[in-house]
Amino acid sequence: MTSSRRTVQGLALALLAAGVAAPFLPRWAGFLVTIAIAKALVALGLLLLMRTGLVSFGQGLYFAIGAYSAGIGADTLKITDAVPMVLLGAFAAGLVALALGTLLARYRTIFFAMLSLAFSMILYGLLVKSSALGSTDGFNVSARTVFGLDPHGPVGRFGVYGLAALVAFLGAVGVDRYLRTHLGRLAPAIKDNELRVEYMGASVRNVVHLHLVMAAVLAGAGGALTALAVGHVDPETAYWTTSGEFVFVAILSGTSSVAAPFAGALILELLRSFAYEHAPNTWQLVMGGVMLSVILFLPEGLWSVFRRRRRSAP
Amino acid sequence: MSTLIAIAVDGIIYASWLFIIATGLTIVYGVMRILNMAHGSLYALGAYAAASLAGAWLQAGYPPMGSYVVLVASALLVGLVVGPLIERGLLRFCYGRDEVVLVLVTYALFLILEDLMKLVWGVEAWFVSEPYGLLGNVEFGPLSYPVYSAVMVVAAVVVGVGLRWGIYGTRQGKLLVAVIHDREVSAALGINVNRIYLVTFALGTTLAALGGALTAPTVSVVPGMGVETIVLAFAVVVIGGLGSMPGAAIGSLIVGLVRSSAVHLLPQVELFSIYLVMALVLAFRPRGLFVAVEARKI
Repeated sequence: MTSSRRTVQGLALALLAAGVAAPFLPRWAGFLVTIAIAKALVALGLLLLMRTGLVSFGQGLYFAIGAYSAGIGADTLKITDAVPMVLLGAFAAGLVALALGTLLARYRTIFFAMLSLAFSMILYGLLVKSSALGSTDGFNVSARTVFGLDPHGPVGRFGVYGLAALVAFLGAVGVDRYLRTHLGRLAPAIKDNELRVEYMGASVRNVVHLHLVMAAVLAGAGGALTALAVGHVDPETAYWTTSGEFVFVAILSGTSSVAAPFAGALILELLRSFAYEHAPNTWQLVMGGVMLSVILFLPEGLWSVFRRRRRSAP
Repeated sequence: MSTLIAIAVDGIIYASWLFIIATGLTIVYGVMRILNMAHGSLYALGAYAAASLAGAWLQAGYPPMGSYVVLVASALLVGLVVGPLIERGLLRFCYGRDEVVLVLVTYALFLILEDLMKLVWGVEAWFVSEPYGLLGNVEFGPLSYPVYSAVMVVAAVVVGVGLRWGIYGTRQGKLLVAVIHDREVSAALGINVNRIYLVTFALGTTLAALGGALTAPTVSVVPGMGVETIVLAFAVVVIGGLGSMPGAAIGSLIVGLVRSSAVHLLPQVELFSIYLVMALVLAFRPRGLFVAVEARKI
């Protein structure tokens, strides 16, 4: 494992590169990177959960909560800037996870996956039927300012992109730091053997609960950023296939580095935009094929190609 | 009163449909420990096969009554061709891995199948509505129901009874039960576990396809029809308990009645009432209604 300082340096470099590249990127590329970052944040949360041995098929729940909260914050609470909108989205998603976690933290393996899926589908059903929130159409979301700048101005138009990059940097560094703390190091231990962790005196349930909340906060921020970038939210964000896509990114990237989800999400978005243009009906086919190959041949994810090949894991 | 009858009848029809699909899912899980996310796609595949084969049958001018046989035959065709293909071609390389990994493998399979169906059948809707109207309607108190709905109920009963007899009444079934209890000991005793897996997966696929084939006359067969079905089937088997046949039956009835009550009494909650029930059941019975909680292994 690379040292903490090197990871942070690498991430800071990536942030800098993203900032320098911004004026040169065409509009579509800036949008694509923003969306990729937003999705990567959700996958980063999944990375944390997967290190703990859990796969959630319901991260769309927190993603949607983040997106809708940002929109509601702008409409009802009259929040004008994008930064508090993202904070609100992350906070709301964290709060929901805090509540649901009391139940979810008791479940493992497929039961955890199914229960989180059920919760996200409940939200989907609620959103589809709530006419105040636009039912199946959703509603438009926009921030009057980003960092206090006009989003159509010469500098402000990079605002959401910059905000996404900044949140991604903070999220990645935060998770990386966290994984090196005592609590963070319990994650793989819980994955290996919960009972032993309990015998050592740690509360598995509390750690899992904490990780659920952290993953939800990341997903909420990702949802709010997506809402800001797209300018629109709809219930589809809570549907189980959206959650499946996040799982796809997490599997593709693997759990070995906090930078991996960003690479994975970028690959996904690039692949998608080209596939949509050239062969719209084979997009899922490609995605499924890639996912199968990764699971069968690269169980540690694509990122593992970049590091020295150790003894292949069973 | 008529609302109550409507709730009961609609619920039972819906439950029958769910049962056929969900037992396939639960059997595959019970024997192979695979929670098959592609089950919904196999259901859709059955519907497509039925729509095109029965459509061709009717177009060719054969007796329309024969189309019912064609529906069932197309389900069998899907089950006996696609099922073994998936099991031999993909799943057998994944045995012994984590249950969660297998969920991911079948999720990838789901993505692939969804697009393959679009490539084969296109994105336009397919219809084969003749078998639906052919049997006429039956008066049920003040309500009128198409007789075809009864076909679904009969099929569910036949499937349920047939499986019960097949699993507990035949030699092969007893071998299957042995494999469910302990795969390694069964293999050591000389049971051909690989063959049992193959047969089980083909059976599960056939049931999914049968659900789809029998539904085909009542709906328009379109891409994405399996996407919602799979989460419904999940809800059923999770409520009843994964791997439990009676669980699948009770789960279908619960989900069927909950949904039809929601539709008639409180339409706003229709979409999520089912998942709410699923979450509630899991909150109090973490492994579902019909499965005992296992001791954790060190």
